[in-house]
Amino acid sequence: MTVNKSLLIPLAVFVMLVTVLAFGFRLDDPHYLPSELIAKPFPEFKLRDLHDPDRILTVDDIKGSVSLVNVWATWCPNCVLEHPELMRISREEDLPLYGVNYNDESPKAIGWLERYENPFQFNIVDNKGILAIDLGVYGAPETFVVDKHGVIQYRHVGPVSREIWNHEILPVIELLRNQAGEG
Amino acid sequence: MIAELGHFSLIPALGLSVCLTVLPATGVYLRQANLMRLTGSLSAGLFVFVLFSIACLGNAFLTDDFSVAYVARNSNSALPVQYKISAIWGAHEGSFLLWSLVMAGWTLAVSQFSNGLTLDMRARVLSVMGALSVGFILFILLTSNPFDRILPVYPAEGSDLNPVLQDFGLIVHPPMLYMGYVGFAVPFAFAIATLTSGKLDSAWARWSRPWTNLAWSFLTVGITLGSWWAYYELGWGGWWFWDAVENASFMPWLVGTALVHSLAATEKRGVFKSWTVLLAIFAFSFSLLGAFLVRSGVLTSVHAFAVDPERGLFILAFLTLVIGGSLTLYAIKATGIKSDAGFEWTGRETLLLVNNILLIVAAGAVLLGTIYPLIYEALTDGKKISVGPPYFNTVFVPVVMLLFLVMAVAPASRWRSTPVEKFFKEQLLPGGGSFAVVAILVFFLAARFEPVVVLVVGVAAWIVVNLIRDLIGKVRHKSNKIVALFRQPVSYYGMLLGHLGIAISITGVCLTVYFSEEKDVRMAPGDVVELSGYEVKFKGVKKVRGPNYLADRGEIEITRARQPVVILFPEKRFYQAAQNMMTEADIDPGLFRDLYVALGDPIDDTAWAVRVQYKPFVRWVWFGGLFIGLGGIVTLIDRRYRAVRMRTSAAVETVGAMP
Repeated sequence: MTVNKSLLIPLAVFVMLVTVLAFGFRLDDPHYLPSELIAKPFPEFKLRDLHDPDRILTVDDIKGSVSLVNVWATWCPNCVLEHPELMRISREEDLPLYGVNYNDESPKAIGWLERYENPFQFNIVDNKGILAIDLGVYGAPETFVVDKHGVIQYRHVGPVSREIWNHEILPVIELLRNQAGEG
Repeated sequence: MIAELGHFSLIPALGLSVCLTVLPATGVYLRQANLMRLTGSLSAGLFVFVLFSIACLGNAFLTDDFSVAYVARNSNSALPVQYKISAIWGAHEGSFLLWSLVMAGWTLAVSQFSNGLTLDMRARVLSVMGALSVGFILFILLTSNPFDRILPVYPAEGSDLNPVLQDFGLIVHPPMLYMGYVGFAVPFAFAIATLTSGKLDSAWARWSRPWTNLAWSFLTVGITLGSWWAYYELGWGGWWFWDAVENASFMPWLVGTALVHSLAATEKRGVFKSWTVLLAIFAFSFSLLGAFLVRSGVLTSVHAFAVDPERGLFILAFLTLVIGGSLTLYAIKATGIKSDAGFEWTGRETLLLVNNILLIVAAGAVLLGTIYPLIYEALTDGKKISVGPPYFNTVFVPVVMLLFLVMAVAPASRWRSTPVEKFFKEQLLPGGGSFAVVAILVFFLAARFEPVVVLVVGVAAWIVVNLIRDLIGKVRHKSNKIVALFRQPVSYYGMLLGHLGIAISITGVCLTVYFSEEKDVRMAPGDVVELSGYEVKFKGVKKVRGPNYLADRGEIEITRARQPVVILFPEKRFYQAAQNMMTEADIDPGLFRDLYVALGDPIDDTAWAVRVQYKPFVRWVWFGGLFIGLGGIVTLIDRRYRAVRMRTSAAVETVGAMP
């Protein structure tokens, strides 16, 4: 039986499509991305400050000391869940917290912070999700440990709890501080 | 216990769908009529077990059984009862159970309403549909069981349904959409059955046409409802976002629209046979692809279902098997299909072909934009990019404008060949006249003169004028014109309604895009802001309590030239269980304009951020959608199909006897 070659075109296009999907699927494997970003510089950005829209924030604003960058949004229930722990960190730990308000509306975000209290030194307005895309965020909340040179050293996906802080985040921070002490 | 029954009843359902796949197909192979006749009872059994399963899930919601994890995540004892029911499909697991129920429902419908089919054909079609059910039910059992328990310690209270979903729109939008998505499995199954039987005549087009029209109508209405819901519920007055999930429903619609037209050409003229089969495969493939994109988490979206790599992998494998398999079958079997009739480039067939090509190009453009982030990531080794509305508007709008032009002139064309010179002469007045009249209207009535509006609305007017001319042409020479109107086939009126709907929709889209006005203002009680000739007065905010939320309710009085128009009560709701804030906009709807008010956040003790919008003709976007859906449904009551069914059952014997 002879097969008309042009009839194979749809199949060929489909094979290409599946390849892309399979590849994209592998890329977005939650176990794959973090290692990809760790030890990479925090992506460049130029975005407004939530509470002071005239102020433009850049990556230089988060350099200088070891910090936590938390990606959050008002539409994210888990952000409410992790909020008390972020408040505790901001009060008890000697570490600046910066917020990235992701795919949100600024008036809503300001209201949210008033309702729950603001643990952040400042909030980067990422209402179009540009920075979140550079960070490879799949959903809020996500938390990044950034060293004083602005290099991402750790990434946590999902809400931060006391457990996560003690066992995952704090050890990274202590390691960074010790290195800084030695260097 | 009842939840477990729901879980277990999926197992016989799986067994029955396996039987439905294997037994009738074996019957076809062995020429055993008794095996082929099993389709009816197997389909009925499958439907009953899936229905029972979803009823058990419903029972868990209604009795607040929070030991079921899915219920605990998506319900709350204070949730109003209608939302407890709609919460069944409020998240991934339950919505897929609904998907499977819809699949079983279509299967049952095909087995019951296919008297015109040969026994052989019915067995083949239902065997394909059974195989699809096997995939869907396995998917639930292996990766997405909505009946999982949290034991031994389960929450006393559920974390509530996402407030955005607590709305009438969510009760009806997903079922409609799934009826459409899954409905495309019917023409798909017919296409596969036809390919395997090797008898690719136009009978299969006649059989699958009513099913396709019905599925497509459901999808149309589903998308329309989704857009309407987004408009009034999401609180910022947009009605289409080019979001990945919207695109996932829009792509099958575009391909389905092409299929509806190409089936008409195949049935009436015996042309495009091979192409129509391919489109039937495509339409369902896009439905599956949409399911993959939405549920695998490869794309982030406002609709975000819970992400689970296992689910993505399953759907990807299923997709590869189903689509890859059918396209391979197509490549082998579609060789040597010939059209019954030829046509010239001036014939209506050419216009239908152009319609198909443009629709496929549009769907392809949407697909490219939707998965471009993945391609980019793959090519650049992990860099990310997002594709926004500007891309879609730039690529999509010119393609559909061309499509609308073709649509405007198509009713004036003739099958086989159209006398070109006469055609252009006759179209000069309707075309030129439409643009001229619209230009004059825009010049005198609109806030400012927009050439693009004249172009788009002009085409819409041209579409309508030609539909009317066509209808008049059909009865002009008849002695009794009223009787002649009634003598037209119902499906002809379906076409008129559908095309009229498109004209209404594009008018609405264009006018609301160009002439909407929006103001974000700080308002203290007593403040007045002027918007498109209306005075909007903020009278303050009161606290109110709903069944499962607390709200700040604003009172806003709108007047025009001092005459009262309406008082609106937008709300800012706080849902305690989910700890969620929701903006509940209030809208004064109208045929020619909506006034849309949403409460922002409190600025100080008495002042609030308020968003007021004037949206002209925005309702037309959805009216048009409903007309289109109605047009598709109307074609089903066409006497021709009932008559044809009887004739085919007589004709099948001769067809079946052919080698």
